[in-house]
Amino acid sequence: MEIIDLEKTFLDKIKEEIKIEPKDWMPVQYRKTLIRQISQHAHSEIVGMLPEANWITRAPSLKRKAILIAKVQDEGGHGLYLYSAAETLNISRQEMIDLLHQGKAKYSSIFNYPTLSWADMGAIGWLVDGAAIMNQVPLCRCSFGPYSRAMIRICKEESFHQRQGFDILWTLSRGSEAQKQMAQDSINRWWWPSIMMFGPNDDASPHTKQSMDWKIKRFSNDELRQKFIDVCAEQVKLLGLSLPDKKLKWNEQRKHYDFGEIDWQEFWNVVNGNGPCNKERLAARVKAHEEGAWVREAAMAFAEKRASPNPSKGGEIVAA
Amino acid sequence: MNHQLALHLADNALILGHRNSEWTGHGPVLEQDIAISNIALDLIGQARNFYQYAAQLINQSTQQPNIPSTEDSLAYLRESHEFKNCLLVEQPNGDWAKTILRQFFFSAYQFYYYQELQKSKDSTLAAIAEKSLKEVTYHLRWSSEWVIRLGDGTDESRSRMLKAIDELWMYTDELFENTSYEHKAASEGFGVDISLFKNDWDKKVKEVFEEATLPIPTKELNNVNWFGKEGKHSEHLGNILAEMQFLQRAYPGCEW
Ligand SMILES: [Fe+2]
Ligand SMILES: [Fe+2]
Repeated sequence: MEIIDLEKTFLDKIKEEIKIEPKDWMPVQYRKTLIRQISQHAHSEIVGMLPEANWITRAPSLKRKAILIAKVQDEGGHGLYLYSAAETLNISRQEMIDLLHQGKAKYSSIFNYPTLSWADMGAIGWLVDGAAIMNQVPLCRCSFGPYSRAMIRICKEESFHQRQGFDILWTLSRGSEAQKQMAQDSINRWWWPSIMMFGPNDDASPHTKQSMDWKIKRFSNDELRQKFIDVCAEQVKLLGLSLPDKKLKWNEQRKHYDFGEIDWQEFWNVVNGNGPCNKERLAARVKAHEEGAWVREAAMAFAEKRASPNPSKGGEIVAA
Repeated sequence: MNHQLALHLADNALILGHRNSEWTGHGPVLEQDIAISNIALDLIGQARNFYQYAAQLINQSTQQPNIPSTEDSLAYLRESHEFKNCLLVEQPNGDWAKTILRQFFFSAYQFYYYQELQKSKDSTLAAIAEKSLKEVTYHLRWSSEWVIRLGDGTDESRSRMLKAIDELWMYTDELFENTSYEHKAASEGFGVDISLFKNDWDKKVKEVFEEATLPIPTKELNNVNWFGKEGKHSEHLGNILAEMQFLQRAYPGCEW
């Protein structure tokens, strides 16, 4: 078939909401965009384990400890689903991880902020997972089949993440004065970075239009951000705490909350590597990977040894 | 039924679970990061069941306790000398080989232990054992496979396993040394006579080490005269608790 026909078939499918599958023809740029977005998403899940793992050993009750381990472990699982989805586009997990470790692939900037108190486990669940859900729910309808299916699995778990976070803040907000302060301080630190998670304003977002046409994206950055702010502005009242934005105010005409100016300079600073924890986060990932090299080699050597001469002992490889 | 045995079982599970959770986010490969976190989660779940039961026993035996014991007061407000876990589980993670070997020794122990404990006259202990055994069966399989894989993998993985054996073997004798509370519980039909399955444990270690082409340590265990099970711990436990108990100690009496 001529390219022009292939492209027509592709666009027809998009129009009719038929999923694009890995073996289907797709424009080079569509593939590229998806690889970039899905791998970036996968890296975010993995790097995102670090700030919360920082508090597992200090969780203040056995129940919270168990919930936090389960939550962080879920994020690892999300990383797995997403790497697998990206692999259907002909790139290996190793290649993607190498790009991350070389600083060539991005991950969500939110994880470059430090977790300084227990309340941060609450704020991350409520705000960071909350923003992630806002972004991810529409991705369940993404035109690329494997990505959309991975997102459906992921979204099921994310709502638990958000609830456990809100529950942490809820408990703190009803606790001692020190606990209330801990919660408020944490919200103060995480609020602005969370609303930056939706990315630059629409007029400064170069990929948005094409991604919307291809139905990778369904809503623009600003639409999702507004939706998130509207929800949080109400939820924070339940906590008896406040969001650190003096301009936050219900606008009866727009039927939305107005909000203050986002510090885009900080956003770009962190994106470009100068956030408080960029170096540590990446270094922690590189260290785990390098220190794990002998383990992966051993598992491979073992699998090869047991594979042919004595199949009865066939070793399960690294993924055992 | 005395609460001491339940506490001992809870402490073992909590401290190893805590140690394993130090790997979360830092594992050698994503699948194994998830696996070790999962084992941590199982162990902490077991610990909670045993602590809840211990708290119940303590509260029953104390006439009108001012502040009733809870799973959290037992985990977060006891001092290191009050913990009854064995020394093996508090040993630092080291590299993946050491973590794997520690898990293998302990899972094999728990596997036979819980099999016996299922027969306890105490129905709560028996029920926890039965539920936990399913998890431990998987932990044992997983850790056995890794011992074999690393023992018979590359030169490097093998030499790391040998080093791990050298570091951890000495802590295995304590597992089979009866304390007075274990003795008492066993003789009353609530606990487990640990000497009963020492041979099974030896056999399991031998079988797995043979397949891993690893030498079985023959070195006489020098009965160290100090037992975690009786509250005599290494320096490591104090550090674990300092970290683990920090919030409960810094903000006493709070809900979390
Ligand atoms: Fe996630
Ligand atoms: Fe999440």
